[in-house]
Formats: sequence, structure tokens, C-alpha cells
Amino acid sequence: MRITVNVDGTKFTDDVEPRQLLVHYLRERLGKVGTVVGCDTSNCGACTVHLDGHSVKSCSVLAVQADGAEVTTIEGLARDGQLHPVQKAFHDNHALQCGFCTPGMIMQSIDLLADNPDPDEKAVREGLEGNLCRCTGYQNIVRAVRDAAASMKGGAGPEAEQVADVSATAGGSQ
Amino acid sequence: MTATIEPEVGKSRLRKEDARLITGRTRWTDNLTLPGLLHMAILRSPMAHARITNVDTSAAKDMSGVVAVFTGADLAGEQGSLPCAWPITEDMKSPNAPSIAVDRVNFAGEAVAVVIARSAYEAADALEAIDVDYDDLPVVLDMAAAVEDGADLVHEELGTNKNATWIFDSGEAETGGDVEQAIADSEVVIERTYRQQRLIPAFMEPRSVMCDPTGEQFTLWSATQIPHILRFLIAAQLSVPEHKVRVIAPDVGGGFGGKLQVTPEEFLVFLVARRLGKPVKYTESRSESLLSAHHGRDQIQKMTLSARRDGTVTGLKVELLADMGAYLRLVSPGIPILGAFMYNSIYKFPAYRFVCTNVFTNKTPTDAYRGAGRPEATYAIERMMDELAVEVGMDPMAVREKNWIKHEEFPFTTVAGLTYDSGNYEAATDKAKELFGYDALRTEQRERRERGDSVQLGIGISTFTEMCGLAPSRVLGSLAYGAGGWEHAAIRMLPTGKVEVVTGSSPHGQGHETAWSQIVADQLGVPFEDIEVIHGDTQSSHKGMDTYGSRSLTVGAMAVVKAADKVKEKAAKVAAHMLEAGEDDVEFAAGTFRVRGTGAESAGVSIQDVALAVFAAHDLPDGVEPNLDSEATFDPENFSFPHGTHLCATEVDTETGRVSIRSYVCVDDIGNVVNPMIVEGQVHGGLAQGIAQALFEEAVHDESGTLTTGTLADYLVPSAADLPSFTTDRTETPATSNVLGVKGVGEAGTIASTPAVVNAVVDAVRHFGVNDIQMPCTPMRVWHAIHTGQTDAGGLGGEAGGGLGSIDSSGGAR
Repeated sequence: MRITVNVDGTKFTDDVEPRQLLVHYLRERLGKVGTVVGCDTSNCGACTVHLDGHSVKSCSVLAVQADGAEVTTIEGLARDGQLHPVQKAFHDNHALQCGFCTPGMIMQSIDLLADNPDPDEKAVREGLEGNLCRCTGYQNIVRAVRDAAASMKGGAGPEAEQVADVSATAGGSQ
Repeated sequence: MTATIEPEVGKSRLRKEDARLITGRTRWTDNLTLPGLLHMAILRSPMAHARITNVDTSAAKDMSGVVAVFTGADLAGEQGSLPCAWPITEDMKSPNAPSIAVDRVNFAGEAVAVVIARSAYEAADALEAIDVDYDDLPVVLDMAAAVEDGADLVHEELGTNKNATWIFDSGEAETGGDVEQAIADSEVVIERTYRQQRLIPAFMEPRSVMCDPTGEQFTLWSATQIPHILRFLIAAQLSVPEHKVRVIAPDVGGGFGGKLQVTPEEFLVFLVARRLGKPVKYTESRSESLLSAHHGRDQIQKMTLSARRDGTVTGLKVELLADMGAYLRLVSPGIPILGAFMYNSIYKFPAYRFVCTNVFTNKTPTDAYRGAGRPEATYAIERMMDELAVEVGMDPMAVREKNWIKHEEFPFTTVAGLTYDSGNYEAATDKAKELFGYDALRTEQRERRERGDSVQLGIGISTFTEMCGLAPSRVLGSLAYGAGGWEHAAIRMLPTGKVEVVTGSSPHGQGHETAWSQIVADQLGVPFEDIEVIHGDTQSSHKGMDTYGSRSLTVGAMAVVKAADKVKEKAAKVAAHMLEAGEDDVEFAAGTFRVRGTGAESAGVSIQDVALAVFAAHDLPDGVEPNLDSEATFDPENFSFPHGTHLCATEVDTETGRVSIRSYVCVDDIGNVVNPMIVEGQVHGGLAQGIAQALFEEAVHDESGTLTTGTLADYLVPSAADLPSFTTDRTETPATSNVLGVKGVGEAGTIASTPAVVNAVVDAVRHFGVNDIQMPCTPMRVWHAIHTGQTDAGGLGGEAGGGLGSIDSSGGAR
């Protein structure tokens, strides 16, 4: 099947097998290996990307379902060398160790903050429930998300992930 | 030049590693590709114990994109055996351990055929077309039954399911008295049996391996903790000269002992790539990882503790059964032995005996998992100290204090024969109790109990120590371990004054690049930013013993320090020449050589100046080679002994059995600290894994030997919502066994936290007649304990889905 997808600001038209998972399309066809696969049952969230502004586990979406959509991956967050505030907060708060869950964690955190710009600790923990980390015990991840929330107040935030020529996406217009 | 005046060591430097990881510029093995790369998929046995009577691969070979299909029979002539490097006794029984089963499978998940295809999808498709016929063999699952006479055998040819029995006896070793006598003479004897459930390391990055056979060397990329050991063992086991093998561990996404392994998949990818002459990659699925990558723990611990009525301990006897699973992996038999020296913990037992029998079963092989032997020991002794406190009517902290080594008694040689160099259990405990509000919580506990609150409060203590920094080579030799415990480092001074640090340690999330940079910045007086840390490739980092056992800082960084000493020694000769002074008249401080006594404002030459002068080599003293680069190999003289006091308050809902952690406080003493931020992160992650053992995680095999916890939906790695915030703090009692004064922190949190949590759960419900609840302390088990008063409610744990109590033992959802 032929699909056209805008990924991190670049348009791609490709023939894909109907069964191909979005995450495999991103990694193998587009070389977007920043998005990783951590499980095969949609539990770990390592493959989280944004599809039209909402976080999805890209192992649970078929590439053909992304036809006509905007996809943002971890590789599309930084703009002109400027880290997204959530990326920066993860660094500043030591919210990663091995870093394998980090792309998914960051993408989910951005989605969480789009829904709730000022989450308390409980809201962050519940908002990240679908993303597993084995290294950090989550404490610094929670801290990073709340730190990012503080620094993003006043609209500093998720526009950074918006793709050029597209009006604000649902998850990115706080 | 920029002299670094303020020491880097001790600063919470943000990590150098992060820049790539937060932007997706990562080099996980599965991200890598090569021209003409082929993909391997593995057909795994659904049977736990069976003869393979026929494998039909003809249909698979005929499928689109399939380059080759191999069975065990096809590879039998060259696959050798997976190595076990730790023959713990001379008469240890060790079965041949093929990477791919030839005529018999011994656990569900063992490889029986591999497909090599153009794409991973095509390889997976072809697995479906392979037909394997099996003849059932009796399945051996229960350790206690497996060691009975006449038991069905996992490995018929061994004639027994016992791998080895390893004994330490303080009377025989002359490190203490005779434990049987101590027990016979005692006023109090407590016997308990604890179960260390089977766990799965569950690193986030599934293992991946790629082999390129097309160059002069075979190059193997692998998600491993041990590139150097892997290179050596590929050469030793697979008939390839060592200099023809290069192993690279690129970015590695966690390990926790789970990637301290030489895996069947690594050998298979190597064998297949060599056979085909083409690059081949294999990446496991999470289900495969949970099913077939090695598991951890799985021991039955029979404990006997003797004491006087006043709470003074007099003897400790430990009898273990340890499940090896179906084969011995790299260090499987030694894992319980790493605990042998730790059951006495921080307490002054005068007599001690440890007997461990390792047992084969038809289950996934076990091996290192974070803590490896020491969490088991710590759990059992810390649970026993609580039992002793109850028996003699003392506060559990008071009974510990009565028996622990006082700070003025260090160095202290224990009944297990180890010499603890330093520690201060009083200081850590005082700090922890204050942060925790120990006395107020005890008061609240009493009030809730008196008013019969449906939510009961429990307080759990764990005053732990561990031995880490593996390890003095002579000790490893005495334990029959197959290698030394040294580590290697090299420092290269570049002409522009920048520095490359080559380390044999192999990080996979710990932050070595940052920490090593801090250490070298101080040692050489160069800016933190000017240092590059190189690791994980046997070509650039040619010598090493890799990363496990909280050894990187205490051993690996010490090698870095020794190499830096040599750089400075070489540079001093050149600097003296440049300053027209005698070498003895030159001193080095903050990156600059000066004539002694001339003061910090006097003219000096920086180490960068010296590096440039050496590069030019126009004017060096006679006999001095133009090279500052240096290397060093460090072998520690002793283990290091981090310790700490962990306090956990749990609230247990007596109506539902649900446990929630109300507060968790730990004060760890890991000696001097290089980067407090990284240390805190290590403790957080360690706590999460230890708490997960106490409350959530368990790998369960059903009666046919099938793993029923084969996905992350069933094996409950905790999420952010399952864990509390921790209060962590430190005391600092420097290690005296290394000049950095460091002790290691990688495993501390995991080792300490499990008994703190379970002690707290049991403490909350002890008044219902409960003195033990099997781990993981699921709502089902806790409820059962409360309502039946059974001392070991929950039995031996047939059910999966622990923490949420979501799945019953028959596997159906509730």
C-alpha cells in the first residue's frame, strides 16, 4: 500500500506492507532509529511517538494508519539546535541512565503536559504509567516533568514539536 | 590554560552521555546496519524437556527471502559449548551447553532452529513453516524434589540433578566456632525457610547482536556488559584466533547482570555469519528476552539462628538450594556463593556455617541479577534479625545495634573471613531514624493497632552491608573463578592538550563518561570538557574485565588514577627540563608544574604545554621518549563494603491485602562520592528493583515448565505509578582499600531494600499471627496471611501476575 506521512517535518511517500508496524517503518525505512522497540505487547512505551499531536505507541499502530498524518519522533523535537524544554529537563534532572526508555518517556511527557500543564506528582506518575524505566526508579523522571512544566509556562513548550506549515496539533497547542 | 581549582570530584556534574540519548542519536546494536545485512530469527522450543525426533525445514527454506535454515544438527560440529567460567567445586557436574539444541531440549525457550533471511519479517514468517517433532521427557521443576533419590533427571548423563555442593564452615576455616555447638548451647534458636522467587533482569533494551565476517577480523556488535570477556570466550570456544575477533558494545540499554553473559544468540550469530560469509543480525523480542535470557535468584533458604535471651547472636547456619535452571551459564554456580560471605552481614556472629546445593531443573538458566547472591543473603539475615527481635522481645533496631560491629572496631575480620575496612553503622542509622521519624511512626503503629484500624502500619528495617568491587584476583583464584578481577585503563595526552581516557570498564547506563572525566580532571588538572572517555570496543579499549558487581569505580577508576599517576610522572621529567630545574624540585598542582616553593603566581608549565612539547619532541631531556601516554592495570587488595540503613513504612489494608509504601528512607555509606547526582540515581533505581522483588515481580513456570510470565503484561516491572518517592541521604566513611576512598553503589539499593519492605509488611500484620509472607507480597498473599494466620501464606507461589493480583494460578483473569 502506498502511504504519505510527514515525519519530523519531512514528507515521505512509500509503498509498505499492510502489516508493517509504524515503529518498523520509522526505523527501517526512514532510519528514524531514535525511536526504539522495547517490548511486543505495548507495555513498555519505549516506542512512543506523536501521531497528529497525540502520543501513540508506534508498535501498536500500523504504518498504513499513519497515512496522511503528521508523526513527530524524538529526533524531531529539537529545533535549530535548541532542545525541547522536556529534553532539557530530562538532562538537568538526571532523568535517564541507560537512556533506552528516554525517547518514549519524553514523548509521553510532552503529551502529558499538553493535557495538564501543571501536573502534581501523582498526575505525572499516573500519566507515565504506560512507560517503563528500569534504571531510574522514576523519581528523577517525575522531577524532570514537573521542572519542564514550570519552564514551559507561558507557552514555552510544545510548539517546538509542531511541524512547519501545519496548524497547531492537538497535543501541541497549550 | 584553564586550571581547574575547585575539585571536580564531589560535584553533581550533569552527564556527558545525555546529549545523544535525549535526542535519539543513539547507537543501540539494533540501530546498526551493514550492506547486505541478513536477519536471523530463532525457533524456540515450547517443550521444557523433550527429545527432538525430527525437524523439517524444507518448507521454510523455500520461502521468499530465506537464505538459510539451520538446525542444531547442522551446527553441532562447530558450536562447542557455552562457557561456564566458575567451577565452584572440583567435582562440579557441568552439562554440555549447546547454543542450539541438537537432539534434546532442556527448557522451554531453548533454540531448536534458526532462519536467516533478507528481512526480520521474512525470517519470522519462515519460523512458522518449520515442523519439529518432540517426544516428551519428564519435567523437573521443583528443587527439593529434584535432589531426592530416584528423581527424574534433567541431564541423564550426569546421573544427578545436583550441580555441586559448596560449604563454608567457620570452625573448619578457623574464622569462628562450631555452629552446631553454638546452636546446642543457645537459649534461643530460630528456624525459618525463605524463598527467593525467580526474577528476570528485564533491562529495557532487548539484547541484539550483529556479526560482520567480511573483514580481516570478525566484528561482533553486542548489547553486552562484557565485550572483553565475550571476545576471549568466542576465541576459546568457537575455534577462532583471539586476534581475529573484535567485539563492540555500542550504546547498551541497561544490564543489571542480565547482560553479564555469553549468550546462545551471540554464538549463533557468529556461527551463522561465519558459515554464510555475510553479516547477520539478531534482535530478540521482549517475549524471547523474558523467556530465554537468563533469570535471577530462585533459591530456598533454610536459616537457623541461635542467640542468647538478651538478644546476642551466637550462631548462624544457612542451608540453600539454588536453582541453576537447565544449564550453567557464565557464572551461574557462583551466584549463590557470592552470598556465602554476606549472611553474617554486619553482625558479630561467633559461629557460621553455609551449605549450598545447586540444582538443575528444566527451567530457564539462572545467573547474575543485580546484587547476585548478596540480596539473597541480606534478605534472609535481615528477616531473621526481625524474628529474633520478636522472640526476645526487643525493638528490631535495638537487637541489630546490640550485635553489629561498632565503628571503632574497624577494620573487622568477620566470621566468614572477610575484613571489612571501614564503616559506621551507628551514624547511618541515626541519620536514617531522624529522617524517617522512627519513634513517631512506632507510636502511630501502636495507636492504629490498639484501635483496630483496617489499615495497619508496619515498619521495616534493613541495616545492610555488601561486598562489592569485584574483585581481588587472588580471592577469585581461591574461589576457582576462571579469571582475574583487575581492570585496565590508559590515558592518551593529545598534542592540543586534550585527553583521551581508555577504560576497560564497559558502561551501560551508569555514567562512566562523566564520572571518569571528573576524576581525570582532578588528577591531571585539565578541564572536564577536554576529556573524552573511550570504552566498549576491544580494538580501542583493548584490555578490560568489564562492568558488573559494582566494580567500575573501585577497580576501573582506580586503574584510571594509576594511569594518570604515570602520565604525571613522565610529564614531570619534561616539565623540569622546560623549567630548567631538577625533577625533584618540580611540583604539580592544578594542572601546572612549578619549581617547588616559588608560589602559585610563579611561571610554570601546564600539562598541556608539556603535551605539546612532547609532541614536537624538539627539546626533550636525554633518554626521555616523546610520549606521555600511559596505561595501568589495577588489582584491588580487598573488596569494598558499602553499607547503609534503610527504613520502610508500609500501610497494609487488612481488608484487601494491598500494600502501599508510605515512606522509604535510606542512608547509604558508599565512601567518597564522585558525583552525588549519579549516586542518587543509582540508589533510586536500585531501590525500585529491590522493592519490585518484595512486592511485584516473579517469573513463574507452570507445571509443564512453560513460563507464564512471558510478557511485560505478566511480569510486573513496576511503573511510576507503582512506586513512591524515596528519601535518600548518605554518610561518608571513606574506604581505606583504595586511594579514592570509594566503595561502589550499583547494587546497594537493590540489596538493601527487599528485606526493608517485607519486614515492614510482616510488621504490619504480625499481630494476626503472621511471621512470613512469601515474595512478592501480593494483595492475595497478604490477605491470605491476615485471614488464615498462616505463617507462610501463599505457599510456594504458583501464581503469576503478582502485584495486581490479577491472575490466578490457573492463568485466568480475575
